[in-house]
Amino acid sequence: MEALVVRGVTKQYANHTALDSVDLTVPEKTIFGLLGPNGAGKTTLIRIINQIINADSGSITLFGKALTSEHVGVIGYLPEERGLYKKMKVGEQLIYFAQLKGLSRSEAIARIKIWIEKFEIKDWLNKKVEDLSKGMAQKVQFISTVMHEPRLIILDEPFSGFDPVNAQLITEEILDLKQKGCTIIFSTHRMETVEDLCDDIALINKSKKILEGTKKAVKAQYKTNTFLVEHTGAFSLDNSSYQLINQKMVEDGFYNSTIKMNSGSPNDLIGELIHKTKVSGFQEKVPSMSEIFISLVKGESNE
Amino acid sequence: MNKIWLIIQREFLSRVQKKSFLIATIVIPLIFPAIIGILVYVGKESEKGAAKKVIHYVDESKIFTPDSSKYLFKHFEGPLPDAITAYENSKDYGLLYIPQFKLSNPKGITLYTESSAGMEDKRNIERMLENQIKDLKMQKLSIDQKTLDSLKTEVTLETNTGKGTERKASNTDLLSILGMACGILMYMFIFIYGAQIMQGVIEEKQSKVIEVIVSSVKPFQLMMGKIIGLASVGLLQFLIWMILMFTVTVGVLGSLGIDPPQQQAMQQMGGEVMVQQQQASSNALINGLNEARDLPWIFIISVFLFYFLGGYLIYGALFASVGSAVDSPAEAQQFMFPITIPLLISYMSLFMFILKDHDSAISVWLSIIPFTSPIAMMGRIGFGVPMWQLALSMILLIGGFLFTTWVAGRIYRVGILMHGTKVNYKVLAKWFMQRS
Repeated sequence: MEALVVRGVTKQYANHTALDSVDLTVPEKTIFGLLGPNGAGKTTLIRIINQIINADSGSITLFGKALTSEHVGVIGYLPEERGLYKKMKVGEQLIYFAQLKGLSRSEAIARIKIWIEKFEIKDWLNKKVEDLSKGMAQKVQFISTVMHEPRLIILDEPFSGFDPVNAQLITEEILDLKQKGCTIIFSTHRMETVEDLCDDIALINKSKKILEGTKKAVKAQYKTNTFLVEHTGAFSLDNSSYQLINQKMVEDGFYNSTIKMNSGSPNDLIGELIHKTKVSGFQEKVPSMSEIFISLVKGESNE
Repeated sequence: MNKIWLIIQREFLSRVQKKSFLIATIVIPLIFPAIIGILVYVGKESEKGAAKKVIHYVDESKIFTPDSSKYLFKHFEGPLPDAITAYENSKDYGLLYIPQFKLSNPKGITLYTESSAGMEDKRNIERMLENQIKDLKMQKLSIDQKTLDSLKTEVTLETNTGKGTERKASNTDLLSILGMACGILMYMFIFIYGAQIMQGVIEEKQSKVIEVIVSSVKPFQLMMGKIIGLASVGLLQFLIWMILMFTVTVGVLGSLGIDPPQQQAMQQMGGEVMVQQQQASSNALINGLNEARDLPWIFIISVFLFYFLGGYLIYGALFASVGSAVDSPAEAQQFMFPITIPLLISYMSLFMFILKDHDSAISVWLSIIPFTSPIAMMGRIGFGVPMWQLALSMILLIGGFLFTTWVAGRIYRVGILMHGTKVNYKVLAKWFMQRS
């Protein structure tokens, strides 16, 4: 089943179109990367999914049902512009947020107990948020996002403000949540996060979705059939099937070459090469998410 | 509904649990009586302890008999210039020069002092001289004190309001004081609590907790929860104040009921007339208290609570929308102006029109228009307001509250999500028109 299906969602403001007929399908129990440059419309889309604002047209389906206010407790949302009540104690605050999401007070208290053990923050419960460090507050914020056990978790730039140790802790937590059956939507600029964690991605640029699919499929779609070869002894290659893009000597007799394959299979290419040189390494050059992102966004703006 | 309740709870508890709430609630009703008490006490003490001021006098008219109850008078024999030199060398308080004058037209009496004489001293000496001149005139006309006293008449107008069987005695002074107190209290409450709503909204925006909250509740629910939560804080505070003031008033009046030393002093000073006056004034006090007791307190307090809630809700919603539009309290100033104006108008009208003539057209209209009615109606309520006016005013107040809340809610829902936008009235209008 799909966790989230967005169909034809459009949002128009007085001066500009924030979202232009966007479709999106987020499969269940995956980590979904929602990518796009600043101002592309990601936050607007996320706000619409969270029912903070309404779309002008289009439909949103959550776990097979049209989005209603009943879904508030199903979603956990960590906005990019996030914060806590500074003067409120950590414990009270967590209870309050959980209650707003529909938990009873006693349920909230029981779950807080589990989380404070996990994050080792027992001493903080009676501290006011203003007395916490930024990293501590971020942990509290993360707990408040997932404490009501939402089936869909939306994280907008979740790692900003975390040191590497805590970022690692949160990453593990996210993977654990996925394991437990949660669906997670990431909105981020950090491409290494996308490479490491995401199963599926969608790219929004200038209020339109321009790319969607599994990470593997997207990479396959944008691969250029280029191969990196490490070898000893120079060679030349020029026929209709293969094209030597460059060849440079790394050290005495050792070379790195980039070859573009126009037709045939990698095995054929290896077969061709072993007659010409001594191959010590052969690797397909797969585009990184970052490269795909940049080339697509730049390509759009060049048009 | 359940979520609004949670928000109300949080707003209520987070404020009531603050030390500042406790202090304000207990100290403010005590602070005014305390200040007055201290001032009166200090005044009395300093009067008692201070040495009498020394005043030299030159009396060319030969009419002045020094009254040494308040000042120590030193007679100077000789011409004025010598007297001035002597006075200036003496470092005493002043020199009173009384030239020859006609009784019908006393002119040229002068008080020389180093620094300007205080109002009190000027008045005391004037009165002293006036009394002495009056005595001289009476002697001339052969009138004695008894004849004079028999001429004196005092009229107190008793007022009587109502129709038919509901006709009853009323006390205009008391009602004016009541109207003024209620009006001022209303003004303070609306302002203090309205500003707190705005403060709360700005705080949520500044700490950026707002987006987390609105992903769980509708912006309108959050706004209403905040407004109602603060209203309940206000009501609690009002209730505590009422109880405290009642206790303090009863206590203070109980201890002030009879004040023997003062009465004795009066007796010594002024003879029988003064005593009579004193008795009359304490009778007036007792009458006043009795009449105060007879006022329809439950009715007045219920009306006050209604107008407090109504006025607070009308302005509270507006304050909330201002808070939502800005990023810091400093920016809020520019939008405060149009909210403050109707409040100030009704506050000033309370003194300029309503307490002077509570039935004039302007008073009636001010008490009916929703934005001014909370303060204006409280000024009028004690005097008796026709039912239709009260009903119309209340209905309009409810309507006004629904209207401002609707307008404010539309601005609020957009404003809270905007950061770092330069906001002016045009932008607010755009937000208002924006589809949700």
